[in-house]
Amino acid sequence: MVSPGLDLELSFSQALQGLGLSAQAARLLWLPLPMLLVLVAAVVGVLVSVWLERKISAAVQQRIGPEYAGALGVLQPIADGLKLLVKEDIIPARADSLLFTLGPVLVVVPVILSWLIVPFGQNLLVSNVGVGIFLWISLSSIQPIGLLMSGYASNNKYSLLGGLRAAAQSISYEIPLALAVLAVVMMSNSLSTVAIVDQQNGLGILSWNIWRQPVGFLIFWICALAECERLPFDLPEAEEELVAGYQTEYAGMKFALFYLAGYINLVLSALLVSVLYLGGWGFPIPVEWLAGWLGQSVDAPVVQVITGAAGIVMTVLKAYLLVFVAILLRWTTPRVRIDQLLDLGWKFLLPLSLVNLLVTAALKLAFPVAFGG
Amino acid sequence: MTIAGTTELICFLVLSAIVVVGALGVVLLNSIVYSAFLLGGVFMAVAGLYLLLNASFVAAAQVLVYVGAINVLILFAIMLVNKKEDLKAIDRLNLRRFVSAGVCFGLLALLVRVVVTTPWALPGPAAVGEEATARIGEHLFTDYLLPFELASVLLLMAMIGAIVLARRDVFSTDVATGEVADQGLIEKARTPLLLERRSS
Repeated sequence: MVSPGLDLELSFSQALQGLGLSAQAARLLWLPLPMLLVLVAAVVGVLVSVWLERKISAAVQQRIGPEYAGALGVLQPIADGLKLLVKEDIIPARADSLLFTLGPVLVVVPVILSWLIVPFGQNLLVSNVGVGIFLWISLSSIQPIGLLMSGYASNNKYSLLGGLRAAAQSISYEIPLALAVLAVVMMSNSLSTVAIVDQQNGLGILSWNIWRQPVGFLIFWICALAECERLPFDLPEAEEELVAGYQTEYAGMKFALFYLAGYINLVLSALLVSVLYLGGWGFPIPVEWLAGWLGQSVDAPVVQVITGAAGIVMTVLKAYLLVFVAILLRWTTPRVRIDQLLDLGWKFLLPLSLVNLLVTAALKLAFPVAFGG
Repeated sequence: MTIAGTTELICFLVLSAIVVVGALGVVLLNSIVYSAFLLGGVFMAVAGLYLLLNASFVAAAQVLVYVGAINVLILFAIMLVNKKEDLKAIDRLNLRRFVSAGVCFGLLALLVRVVVTTPWALPGPAAVGEEATARIGEHLFTDYLLPFELASVLLLMAMIGAIVLARRDVFSTDVATGEVADQGLIEKARTPLLLERRSS
């Protein structure tokens, strides 16, 4: 039923084998390409969302925002990045320099690795690993170690408090998040992100998971915001209380790594919300129907290229709509207190997500047609 | 040897080296924080070894449980009780170290002998690869159901115990002496500090 779609790897290795290379060598040449592409995509995604953040926050506060670096200030994030790149790299004298350096790295690497599983089309992802979404959950659990490490190594009370807060927040919200994902996984009978999207694309917008998992969607979104440390959950860096939390002592490129990790995580979370609940690369009207009405075969090469491009556009569009919502939330809501944060996580979201899981399981048994039996 | 085989061998050697050196560091280093961070590294390397064995679900679970939960909790505990405390010097420390090193080397010799004498190439069922997740689930809910449920009951008991210990107001008498002890949570007064100072 599912069309094979574009297989870039196959075409690439066939082209190289046509030039007289062995299959293994062709694969070796292919391997770095998707990773490089994902790295570039992640960084460009960050630049775009930094620009959006600046412009939208300006609009919210009735300012104009950056406007001199490029048209509408689109080059402002690059200027910011360059500034951070050439800034002096300061390590406090009493800090533990080894852990101080390793901390930001441990925060960034898992986030970038998680991009492995984000699909932009049937075959447009780096690796369709079987454990799929579970890989993301387990990778995102490494991050608190990096935060604790940098908080401890800075040898600063505010940093340590910020690091501890970040770790506490991260473990608390991981559980409802995983349970919300589990409900979706139960409906699609697979951990693979590709299978999760495929299961939502039968009837276009009507079959998206958001209609079947409205509570799960909200839980996931709240937890994702908390995991990204975005307002209203940015307690780890709460500037009025903790200076900047675990980032207090960092400058230059190491600070940039934290900054980068935050935004990559935001874009990644938005992408995963669109994959899990909003039909991923799916068009609101199934492409098969559109092609049928236009009298085209889905397997025709031109149609496949258009479908692939539309898939990428749809995924990115949905993700950036969510990023927009997150930015608006950041500039319009106040911060919660630490006890309110933990109450919300443990006493409200955790029971709610358990109930959601139970109801999903019951509905799956009762209506196997609608809930993927 | 093929390219894939060579890569696998290099990965295996690097990961094993990390596991061995890291584990030694966990035991031998004096700084407990370094030990805890190294422990996380060792867990990660073990997850990498699972990946090399095509057990991706086990690898992800290893990272989630050992690195994401256990190691973070260890670090958390260390950092919450981060008191600078000079420990009392233990008498005959060198002798103790010598004896424990001897015990450890004995254990190592035993394990090495087991490794060398066991025929490892057993004809087992073929590896299931990506199917493993479903297979593990089946086993957990059929023939391994009892140990699975027992483990969950054990965890629940541990959790309730931890809550009782942490909420001291549950106890009205001291466990050791039997005297009445007021162990209600000490809370700061809600009045702002400046007002208090002015009134006194």
